[in-house]
Amino acid sequence: MSRPVPLLSASGLTKAHGRTPALRGASVELHEGEILAVTGASGSGKSTLLHCLAGIVRPDEGSVTYDGQRLTDLPEKRLSELRRTEFGVVFQFGQLIPELTALDNVALPLLLAGTDRAGARARAGEWLERFGVRGQQDLRPGELSGGQAQRTALARALVTGPKVVFADEPTGALDSLSGEQVMTALVHTARESGTSVLLITHDAQVAAYADREVQLRDGAVTPLGVTA
Amino acid sequence: MIAMSTRHILLGLLASGPSHGYDLKRRHDERFPQARPLAYGQVYTTLQRLVRDGLAEVDGTDSDGGPERTMYRATGEGTHELSRWAAEIAPPAPFVTNEIFAKVVVSILSGGDPAAYLSAQRAAHMERMRELTAVKAAKGADLATVLSADYALNHLDADLRWMSTTAARLTTLTAEVDAV
Repeated sequence: MSRPVPLLSASGLTKAHGRTPALRGASVELHEGEILAVTGASGSGKSTLLHCLAGIVRPDEGSVTYDGQRLTDLPEKRLSELRRTEFGVVFQFGQLIPELTALDNVALPLLLAGTDRAGARARAGEWLERFGVRGQQDLRPGELSGGQAQRTALARALVTGPKVVFADEPTGALDSLSGEQVMTALVHTARESGTSVLLITHDAQVAAYADREVQLRDGAVTPLGVTA
Repeated sequence: MIAMSTRHILLGLLASGPSHGYDLKRRHDERFPQARPLAYGQVYTTLQRLVRDGLAEVDGTDSDGGPERTMYRATGEGTHELSRWAAEIAPPAPFVTNEIFAKVVVSILSGGDPAAYLSAQRAAHMERMRELTAVKAAKGADLATVLSADYALNHLDADLRWMSTTAARLTTLTAEVDAV
């Protein structure tokens, strides 16, 4: 049986920050509905790989293909549109907009996509409810606990119904129970909606929520169970 | 891991009221879902020893429409012993050699490939961690299941962290073992 075509794939990515190489020929595939953990030590290139896959930065060499389109060939405007409509991103520190309430933070991607204000706020409220932070919807990020802020960031990443969620150390700043709530919310939602998740983490207990794991070492993917 | 004391676990299950061996076995397996299931023979032998030691006593029989079963209940002395045991500090494991550690050292001594072993062992640990995480993250998982999976996950994670550090140290470690 032939293997299905991956939804997102990277081949031979290299990327340097100044003279420091971050990726050295990294290749990875993410399939539809799959939760993939990318693990590795600090400085192994995990976040740079995520940025390349999400079209946030362009690799120096290699290609990224999403749903049949080579992201590396797309103009910035189209990339930006893809990021807004097809991708959701969660970072270690939610990066919520501090001046906006939790509700308005979650509504923002919908407003940018053209949804009217009342509709955007209603849907944002539903997502906050789902992630157990409806009661905090009028608070600003600085007034939320770390776990509440991260669940709000998850709601913001998922509110537009993206096909892929990129999560970069989403529990890295949380205690273990708050981290568990965030991961459970992410995994249950992704499973229900068939969303693919690329999960960057250095924590094996977080990686264990994924269907599969690849390890990055010195900017390249190391097959698991095989000596580097 | 220090072996659980079956007699104290059974005393703990009897704390909620008289029960028979079959029911105690069933409740044990429910409460400790990641532990090895108790064998019926072990349950009955342990109950007889509890009676012999004055920690439990026979409390009549119960048939409930089926075969007649002997009911047991904890004695006052049994309840006291249970409280004493539950509050007793479990000593940290005095020796830390385990199979993974031993295999890495033996592999170095015999000119094997400890890095390959560690990588394969890591993959096996991760697979088990994925299974346990799926069990505890399942909707409706009860507290006993979650606690039991947490316990196993944290121990596997400790192994994994040791394996990662060891893999990073292998060059130095090999030189040290070879020099002895």
